Amino acid sequence: MSEFSMSLYNARRRKNLFAKAACVAATGIGLAFLALILGVLLWKGLSGLNLAVFTEMTPPPGAKGGLLNAIMGSVIMTVLGVIVGTPLGLMAGTYMAEYGRYTKLTLVVRFINDILLSAPSIVIGLFVYEVLVSTVGHFSAWAGAVSLAVLVVPVVVRTTEDMLLLVPGGLREAAVALGMPRSLIIRKISYRAAKAGLITGVLLAVARVSGETAPLLFTALNNQFWSTNLNAPMSSLPAVIFQFALSPYKDWQQLAWTGALIITVTVLMLSIIARVLSAPRAQK
Amino acid sequence: MNVQVNMTSGVDAQMAQKISIKDLKFFYGDSLALKSISLPLYDKKVTAFIGPSGCGKSTLLRVLNRMYDLYPRQHAEGEVLLDGENILAADQDLNLLRARVGMVFQKPTPFPMSIYDNIAFGIGLYEKLAKSELDGRVEQALRGAALWNEVKDKLDASGLSLSGGQQQRLCIARTVAIQPEVILFDEPCSALDPISTAKIEELIDELKSNYTIAIVTHNMQQAARVSEYTAFMYLGELVEFAETSHIFTSPSQQKTQDYITGRFG
Repeated sequence: MSEFSMSLYNARRRKNLFAKAACVAATGIGLAFLALILGVLLWKGLSGLNLAVFTEMTPPPGAKGGLLNAIMGSVIMTVLGVIVGTPLGLMAGTYMAEYGRYTKLTLVVRFINDILLSAPSIVIGLFVYEVLVSTVGHFSAWAGAVSLAVLVVPVVVRTTEDMLLLVPGGLREAAVALGMPRSLIIRKISYRAAKAGLITGVLLAVARVSGETAPLLFTALNNQFWSTNLNAPMSSLPAVIFQFALSPYKDWQQLAWTGALIITVTVLMLSIIARVLSAPRAQK
Repeated sequence: MNVQVNMTSGVDAQMAQKISIKDLKFFYGDSLALKSISLPLYDKKVTAFIGPSGCGKSTLLRVLNRMYDLYPRQHAEGEVLLDGENILAADQDLNLLRARVGMVFQKPTPFPMSIYDNIAFGIGLYEKLAKSELDGRVEQALRGAALWNEVKDKLDASGLSLSGGQQQRLCIARTVAIQPEVILFDEPCSALDPISTAKIEELIDELKSNYTIAIVTHNMQQAARVSEYTAFMYLGELVEFAETSHIFTSPSQQKTQDYITGRFG
């Protein structure tokens, strides 16, 4: 090897090393912050974790209590939001990937959906407030669930379309070549081939909305007591954390940390399940 | 270059035409991919389409079951008569057409379901059968595709668990199971090893007693082995169509001669 090419090679090698070091450093900084956040959360949250958290209602200041009504409220509104939002998202995503793949409408919907996907959730909260709270005259769990549903839809639309587009064209052509009608191909072939991805999308949507505070403050507000009445204000973990963390009372602050830990662990588990489900596809 | 359909070299104009392609033009957007193709596919014969990549042979095949309809900005002009009816007509029912004209693809494409369901699914589209009858039909289809002995003990296993060659025979079984009249093979062996290829070729040889077959292939020996008629295409034109023995021994066109002797392509 000549002298000239060697120096060129060394220069490139140094650049490569530098770039690699910069990437590792950036990753390290990101991970360090994540570890810091999780560490503080575990430290502060675990110390308040006991059975009462899951069995007692949110207490007045200075009294003993738990987060049961908040946890139930979060579960009820998240489940309702997902039940309302998922079919809409699935069907819209299916239209975009299957029936309307080459239409202008799909381009428009995809663009608007991307805007909705990154819209600040407080805007959605305000919107639902105007539509479902100020017209009715009071806050309600229904309004909370609807605002979560509005957040679920774009996430599910996006993942549904992406996952159906990943279904190999050859598979679809093979089904078409047998003379299968479109609806059957979608149900029996596309959905089946994309099943793991579709479930992942719904789980990601659940993870996304289960930490939302802003839309719930405008819609379901909060409720200090046990309530399963969908026409009345309902408590939720993020709203309680928001209220308790800002309070001057030590007990409340402790419950806020514990609530934050519960949400984080739940979301983490959902994400892990979503990862595991979509892993076989990712390996290919 | 003139389109030359050689009718003097042993191609019998009186023989039954299952499909007759007349003055077919095909467009991808504005670009012309097939330039006035005319040729017959004879009933219960194997017709091979050969030619270098991009000559339009796969495009032609995908017109015969109107697969191109799936995609925007693709359209065909001219006539393709299947038993005398123009399948390019706007009111043609595409699902019915595809039930009559089946297709086997280059890459094996088993559905993400069991071996049994891969076959039964297609049958269920057109016939309502009792379980025992369905079992019989699945077995018959798998036997027809020379796959039965290899899979009879694992019909519940996923179609994706089979080897490439087995998957391709499963796809053939699936196509045969719905009893089409014509089967289109689009380079069915190009993803397979020589042994699997030999099996598929044997299969095509058996299938031709019941079906009209069109096969696109890059492999000229394969065309010579399996087909009775061969069409040589080049740059979207049909250069020569004649009996396979004629094409491979004494082609009328210089271009054909050059291609089959390996001078280009």
